[in-house]
Amino acid sequence: MAEYLEIRWHGRGGQGAKTAALLLGESAAAAGKYIQAFPEYGPERMGAPVVAYNRISDEPITVHCNVQEPKYVAVLDSTFVGSVNFTDGMPDDGVLIINTEVSPAEMRETLGLGDSAIQVFTVDANKISLECIGRAIPNTPMMGALIKATGLLKLEDLLEDTERKLAKKFRNRPEVIQGNLKAIRRAYEEVRG
Amino acid sequence: MKKTVAYTGNEAVAFGMKQINPDVVAAYPITPQTEIVQIFSNFVADGLVDTEFVTVESEHSAMSAVIGAAAAGARSMTATSSAGLAYMHEVVYIAASMRLPIVMQVVNRALSGPINIHCDHSDAMGERDSGWIQIYAENAQEAYDNLLQAHRIAEHPDVMLPVMVCMDGFIISHALENIELNDDAFVQDFVGSYQPDHYLLDVENPLTVGPLDMFDYYFEHKRHQAEAMRKAKQVIIDVGKAYGEKTNRSYGLYETYQLADAETAIVVMGSTAGTAKAVVNELRKQGQKVGLLKLRSFRPFPHQELAQELQHLKAIAVLDRADSFNAFGAPLFTQTRAALYDLPDRPQMINYIYGLGGRDCDLSQIGQVYQDLQQVVAQGHGGEIVRYLGVRE
Repeated sequence: MAEYLEIRWHGRGGQGAKTAALLLGESAAAAGKYIQAFPEYGPERMGAPVVAYNRISDEPITVHCNVQEPKYVAVLDSTFVGSVNFTDGMPDDGVLIINTEVSPAEMRETLGLGDSAIQVFTVDANKISLECIGRAIPNTPMMGALIKATGLLKLEDLLEDTERKLAKKFRNRPEVIQGNLKAIRRAYEEVRG
Repeated sequence: MKKTVAYTGNEAVAFGMKQINPDVVAAYPITPQTEIVQIFSNFVADGLVDTEFVTVESEHSAMSAVIGAAAAGARSMTATSSAGLAYMHEVVYIAASMRLPIVMQVVNRALSGPINIHCDHSDAMGERDSGWIQIYAENAQEAYDNLLQAHRIAEHPDVMLPVMVCMDGFIISHALENIELNDDAFVQDFVGSYQPDHYLLDVENPLTVGPLDMFDYYFEHKRHQAEAMRKAKQVIIDVGKAYGEKTNRSYGLYETYQLADAETAIVVMGSTAGTAKAVVNELRKQGQKVGLLKLRSFRPFPHQELAQELQHLKAIAVLDRADSFNAFGAPLFTQTRAALYDLPDRPQMINYIYGLGGRDCDLSQIGQVYQDLQQVVAQGHGGEIVRYLGVRE
């Protein structure tokens, strides 16, 4: 249909799927793109499934409905495997990025994507965020993995913009900001495809 | 200098309120309130505005407080949503009949029950006969722009009516989009200072407000309200044009999209208009003569203008994000259909109730409506006039 790229984020309440969509949207906007970032609000509680979306385009975006054909899908929680169909609506040239310790080949097999042209990437964003931030909040490293797997944004642009955004929220906790930036960089380097 | 940022609708509106720097804001954090007053209260706490921020114990009191402030001569604002607006209902009418130019941001959300806080227009439709001007936005940019125009409309001597600036809950209020901000100096100059003719704190000219008004004059005062609402139409046009001269974003009572040579069209308010534009583009590529009319000013309702703009069509679908149970059509439909009644050769018209309680209204639903309109044209009659879109039957 229209000329825009769609992204879907799957996570659980507390993992920061909505924040990832907002931060990525802001970074893409700062890079001169037209963007949308919005969550699908359900019951808001820790651990409940959360879906968030992005649209990114070189043209103004007028549609205001849910994302149905995401080219990129980022999964923040591997416990969804088997219960949520991540590839729903994805085109053949789609890219799926999953937060898990297993290899892309293993995940591809688990998901039954043997013959599919969809590319699968994996990254252990829990481990990265635990080591860099001190808590298993996989959203920022998943942003790093996503831009590496897709080439959507330049790493330096994402780091610069995320630092600016986090600086507002964590004014008095510079270690949180630096930890998140380190996590993005590590996931960017460690994501496997 | 223009500045483009990525803001949610709530952030955009709160930022607009900061630039307006009203004298008084009163609000209550009912569920569902919006982030707007929360963000605005940060501006107050940080000393970025001169506003007297009144925390009250209910939405009824929030509206009562801004009524008191406006009667005293202060430029007053509030924001609400859903049940909060319903709880204000009694005093919403008082604001209008006292001719107080209050501006209220309404984030449109469903009314319970079953409990639901997602987008539809039921809340504002409950106030459609309260005497407030109602202006709807398609996106965050329009929500911001509409808010900045609202005081000039409300405070115009021909009008002196309160204004509800409406945006779709969650779909716009909680979604991040690119928006172009105006600089503070432009906003302050455009909105201007407020100098009421009559106000309570003018001790040299004492007056009574809100007195008993029996069968001898009440009716005349209602008649004056109707006249002010009629005159508001031209003021909305003038203010929207003046705003466009400075920002390159002009506004009127409505927007037409591919309508001039269209054979069928959708009439709709709010964020779904944007989704429908994408469908119009796609169908136009296939050679179908389809169009769209997005209504911005629901009150005053531009009935002559709509009759003029829609008269050439063969069939029209009016989409309502609220129901008026078994009233033979929801509010936007019944009004639009009435507006076209006197046309010598009037189009076929059907109504769709859609998107209640935040039900997603996607491209395929809109595509279905245009397809249905083709069938209406082929059959020469509307068939089922009032329909439901995207619901399990």
